[in-house]
Amino acid sequence: MDIFGIPVQALMGQLLIGLINGSFYALLSLGLAVIFGLLNIINFAHGAFYMMGAFGAYLLLNKLGLNYWWALLLSPIIVGAVGVVLERTMLKRLYQLDHLYGLLLTFGLALIIQGLFRNEFGSSGLPYAIPAQLSGGQNLGFMFLPNYRAWVIVASLVVCLLTWYVIEHTRLGGYLRAATENPQLVQAFGINVPRMITLTFGFGVGLAALAGVMAAPIYQVGPLMGADLIIVVFAVVVIGGMGSIMGAIVTGFGLGLVEGLTKVFYPEASTTVIFVIMTIVLLLRPAGLFGAEK
Amino acid sequence: MMVVLIAAPFLGVYPVFMMKVMCFALFACAFNLLLGFGGLLSFGHAMFLGGAGYAAAHSAKVWGFTPELAVLFATACTAALGWVTGLLAIRRQGIYFAMITLALAQMVFFFSLQAPFTHGEDGIQAVPRGKLFGLIDLSQPTAMYIFVLLIFVIGFALIYRIVHSPFGQVLQAIRENEARAISLGYDADKFKHRAYVLSATLSGLAGATKAILFQLASLTDVHWGMSGEVVLMTLVGGMGTIFGPVVGAAVIVTMQNYLAELGAWVTVVQGVIFVICVLLFRRGIVGEIGNWLKKSL
Repeated sequence: MDIFGIPVQALMGQLLIGLINGSFYALLSLGLAVIFGLLNIINFAHGAFYMMGAFGAYLLLNKLGLNYWWALLLSPIIVGAVGVVLERTMLKRLYQLDHLYGLLLTFGLALIIQGLFRNEFGSSGLPYAIPAQLSGGQNLGFMFLPNYRAWVIVASLVVCLLTWYVIEHTRLGGYLRAATENPQLVQAFGINVPRMITLTFGFGVGLAALAGVMAAPIYQVGPLMGADLIIVVFAVVVIGGMGSIMGAIVTGFGLGLVEGLTKVFYPEASTTVIFVIMTIVLLLRPAGLFGAEK
Repeated sequence: MMVVLIAAPFLGVYPVFMMKVMCFALFACAFNLLLGFGGLLSFGHAMFLGGAGYAAAHSAKVWGFTPELAVLFATACTAALGWVTGLLAIRRQGIYFAMITLALAQMVFFFSLQAPFTHGEDGIQAVPRGKLFGLIDLSQPTAMYIFVLLIFVIGFALIYRIVHSPFGQVLQAIRENEARAISLGYDADKFKHRAYVLSATLSGLAGATKAILFQLASLTDVHWGMSGEVVLMTLVGGMGTIFGPVVGAAVIVTMQNYLAELGAWVTVVQGVIFVICVLLFRRGIVGEIGNWLKKSL
């Protein structure tokens, strides 16, 4: 069976890879959007935190013997705690300054983190096995769906939608959104805004680490795994509209799919298609697809 | 500064090292023209350095251009690239601008990786230095040194002139308060775009010279790590100062040369310097000295 002259197996396979990549784009750009929303900082170290999440899983397994499920819980918490420390000691000094300094500081942090991991583990990737409960797959008739990949897509969708729900539809989210509009006023109502900012940063970083844990069995665990991904995620964020939660999720998954499709029809362009889309979106809607013009 | 540059090879400093410093110093100065005086942080300047490198290397090696023509051709190419990408990038400001330039540069990176004439991971190797105007043989170290020195001095003088021209003043006014500059009747976007193109062109000049000097154009120069490096050079030296980027480039290139055997620790050290600069001395080396002398350097 062919669709547009492409065997359906190949097409579906690429779409699946696209969805998987899209899951990671969505999780990462969601974290970036959450952090940007409250801290006004573009977290260049986001890719490094993603990498730390994957290494967290690897180390928990190989040093402490804790399996994938523990890693899924512990790694984001540990990395998130690192994020909290960095925010308290460094980032908070920059809030009164130009936003560019936040970008530069996190860029420096990314260099440090990646360099340290490269010294410790070398540049080549380390393998991480798929957990036993999720190995194997389903034969859907027209394609073979590995269980683990299905799990990644579903899990990241659930996490994304839950985050969206909390921010847009709960009281806590209301405080967050209010604090991005007018921190002084929210502070005057007796809400500890600095603590909220710190925890939000920790949460965003934790999301990146969670993505890292989920990525560990699919890609190899390596010090530079986040470095090149993060630039694509920046493009996703620009396309979706900075700070828009829904924009981050929808464009994350959408662009993953587009990338997968490009791989089928015109493989040479698959690495650049997202940047081409970004260019077009910028020409037509400079604020991004879901962003509000300020 | 001129005296130092002319005297350095006679004082036993390795000439190739000095030439490398000059190429990067010109690159950092061109970058600083945009960041320090225009307030625009581009995170994609590697595309101009590396792109010009490929253009110069290809035209010199395959088309047999003489070095001065290769450099001119490459510079013209980056001017065109700067013109197009600038139109896109200046539509947004601040961190958006940084991210957009980064993404555009990444497009150029993947193009360089895949296009047939760039030879992918190998880069364009064994580029002939050729004869300047068909007369002066650049494979002579002294001739090459003078060639690079001249290009650096011309580029630097041009930047100095731009900064101190009415155009440069308007640019700084836009950096300080864009709304006010617009209300005074200046078309801010047009000025920013011109500054971007100038910065791109001069970065291209540096990249082309570097390719002829090392007889090599490779992916390293288009990779986004290079864009980060030039930010670091400018930050260390002092953004918005004339001499800062030169000092910054010298510091960083020296560091890389002498710490090379430490491997990935170089990245860590660079990261630490980044963090320290941002947290503790945002004016940079030259900026701090200028502040201390109460003079703008």
